[in-house]
Amino acid sequence: MENSLGPAPPLLEVRGISKSFGAVRALQEVDFTLRAGEIHALLGENGAGKSTLIKVVTGVFPRDAGVVRLGGDEVAPRSAKAALEAGIATVYQEVNLLPNLSVAQNLFLDRQPMRFGIVREGEMRRRAEALLTEFGLDIDVAAPLGNYSVAIQHVTAIARAVDLSARVLILDEPTASLDRHEVEILFGIMRQLARRGIGIVFVSHFLDQVYEISDRITVLRNGRLVGERETASLPRLELIRMMLGRELAETTSARAAAGDRPPREVCASFENYGKAGYVAPFNLELRHGEVVGLAGLLGSGRTETARLVFGAERPDGGQARVEGAPVRLQSPRDGVRQGFGYCPEERKTDGIVAELTVRENIVLALQAKRGLHRPLSRREQDEIARRYVKMLDIRPPDPERPVGLLSGGNQQKALLARWLATAPRLLVLDEPTRGIDVGAHAEIIRLIRELCDDGLALLVISSELDEIVTYSDRVVVLRDRAHVEELAGEAIDVTNILAAIAAEGAAKEARA
Amino acid sequence: MTMLLPRRGLAQILALIVILAVDRVVSPQFFDLRLQDGRLFGSLIDVLNRGTPVALLSLGMVLVIATRGIDLSVGAVMAICGAIAASLADSHGLPVVLAAALGAGLVCGLWNGFLVAVLGMQPIVATLILMVAGRGIAQLITEGRIVTFSSPDLVWLGNGAILGVPVPIAIALGMLILTGAVVRGSALGLLIEATGGNARASELAGVGTRAMILAVYVWCGVCASLAGVIAAADIMGADANNAGLWLELDAILAVVIGGTSLFGGRFSLVLAVLGALIIQTMNTGILLSGYPPEFNLLVKAVVVLAVLLLQSPKLSGFAGIMAPLRRAKP
Repeated sequence: MENSLGPAPPLLEVRGISKSFGAVRALQEVDFTLRAGEIHALLGENGAGKSTLIKVVTGVFPRDAGVVRLGGDEVAPRSAKAALEAGIATVYQEVNLLPNLSVAQNLFLDRQPMRFGIVREGEMRRRAEALLTEFGLDIDVAAPLGNYSVAIQHVTAIARAVDLSARVLILDEPTASLDRHEVEILFGIMRQLARRGIGIVFVSHFLDQVYEISDRITVLRNGRLVGERETASLPRLELIRMMLGRELAETTSARAAAGDRPPREVCASFENYGKAGYVAPFNLELRHGEVVGLAGLLGSGRTETARLVFGAERPDGGQARVEGAPVRLQSPRDGVRQGFGYCPEERKTDGIVAELTVRENIVLALQAKRGLHRPLSRREQDEIARRYVKMLDIRPPDPERPVGLLSGGNQQKALLARWLATAPRLLVLDEPTRGIDVGAHAEIIRLIRELCDDGLALLVISSELDEIVTYSDRVVVLRDRAHVEELAGEAIDVTNILAAIAAEGAAKEARA
Repeated sequence: MTMLLPRRGLAQILALIVILAVDRVVSPQFFDLRLQDGRLFGSLIDVLNRGTPVALLSLGMVLVIATRGIDLSVGAVMAICGAIAASLADSHGLPVVLAAALGAGLVCGLWNGFLVAVLGMQPIVATLILMVAGRGIAQLITEGRIVTFSSPDLVWLGNGAILGVPVPIAIALGMLILTGAVVRGSALGLLIEATGGNARASELAGVGTRAMILAVYVWCGVCASLAGVIAAADIMGADANNAGLWLELDAILAVVIGGTSLFGGRFSLVLAVLGALIIQTMNTGILLSGYPPEFNLLVKAVVVLAVLLLQSPKLSGFAGIMAPLRRAKP
């Protein structure tokens, strides 16, 4: 395994890391190598294992297997603080500093220069100024950190980390809330630190930025290592394929290939529907008995489209119609009234009510739809819960168990049951197979097909392209918060979707 | 209706029995009841009667807490409504007095609910506003004096009896049954628990979470105004400075003793009222024992700690606590 790359060991060597949460295997034998002085992008869709890997390396989560070597010596930090002391610093998207303290106090928190037990404010300020000057910042270090922009807060966090003798700097989505100019400043600092020999891990879903700044790219998918490449020799299309596609073997839509089917009745349609700064106006037709897949990278506007369609977000223009009649979708209640259902991506925060029972979670939407004065009797509730627990094979088959105690896959089924109980005409599923084990994964896909055959209209978001390809009748491709292409029938295959996602980037490369 | 008294009520019932037993030791006549002038008397009746205001408050508070909120203003609302009732008692009939007082409670609840549900303020801050301002409003109504009255109708509310049962007890029982019927007889209970358990998820499931939150604060205001009227009727006067003072804390305590988490979700009306009775049983017991009332606060703290320990999941559940107890018993 040991490549003779040179006499010096790499700065950070991660070998065979595995980590499971219950039945879900978040990381499986992942390797990662960071060399001194390089900027290394760590890429993958939501749930690919990026944050888990960072948290395992920095000791936030204990690992199940594997080794981490820093400069050739094995390290096993037990907390983020221990990792910091060992020389691995992490700056998260949400800066973990104290906005009410001054910049200087933040920089020297926990290690203020002291004399006779008293903090030497003047000394601290001088050192803070000197440190920030190195990073090209000339600001009043006595002012509260919260007075400054997110960019400056980020630089402060980085300066603090580097000053704590970090050799490895992990930046988790550092550019997410920065504007173009601030990104330039940050990149300047990253290059400067790399020249000093610090190894930087850059997690981002902005591929343009990845190509601009990184020397090397490691891609994770579903908790496994897909590969490590040099940025310069990795075409964008290939990178997206690494992030999204599994194999290109099975490429055409199983549903489209099943034969020409008569055109279906339109269930809901959206004309020029959109919201400024959220997702650009789009046209979308959803038909009974049809699955429409939404494909695109993280942040491309998939979830945003789903929320607009369901009514969880208000549009600022356009017209929605249900069965031909114009409707207004201003709130989830409106969506539910129109017979829509929505299984959100974040099951725990947006989906289940953990402490309530499976029964209560299943009847919740139906009860909300019926209204306060028409309560479902306990017998009706039991009957509904029993029916769906059996139909979807929810385990354990105990409707009185708090839903929070179920596995991810069974929670997802309970959410599906919640909407099926309302006899919906349209179901919007955001990443229905994320974070659930392999068996449940196949079952959910089988369910999607069955529901569709029963005449339901489905709008499904997934990062798994081969999954989308197997169940979709049409696929809408999104890029940069806009719908850019719609594929139907024979045209649905992974290659075409990838081409649509990468089109702009490819055009850019061609120009370059 | 199994929700009214779930199995998890065991800890509270046990605590009440233990405290009652201690009271019996302290005061041998504790369980004696006698009928006099068509009204029941005795220490037990005293406990129920004195416990009425906190029991009423906890009935509203438990719903608010179930939505993951809190209402600090109930004591001040009591003072406002007591002041209104006392000021009107000698010049207007009971229906007008009650309507004015309950209407004021409703408005107070609407105000709190508006701040929390519509403006999205943190409940503890939103209700703090009325907690502070409410006492001022009550003092304005009474013009800084203690307003007394002699209207027999209103006095009857505090001191009369129906079939031997003191009126306050009958009112509290009636409110418990009414609240239970509304909350568990409709879908309100489930939707409140869902809102408190996970407001985002509930909203996405189509639950009108704002309406739920508004409704519970309004109900809490109405319960507080009834408590205020009864407290005023009891002493035949309204003291804007002291009516309901600190009772919001007792009400919160009663809800917590009743097993409803401050993080919202599952709630039990019956257990919240039981919590109020536990508190009052302790108060009465200490008064009867002849110990100085200062002890009350300490003993209260100890009992609260004990009940919370019994409920704590960290202590490996109820069984874990009971096992050594059972072994210890001969």
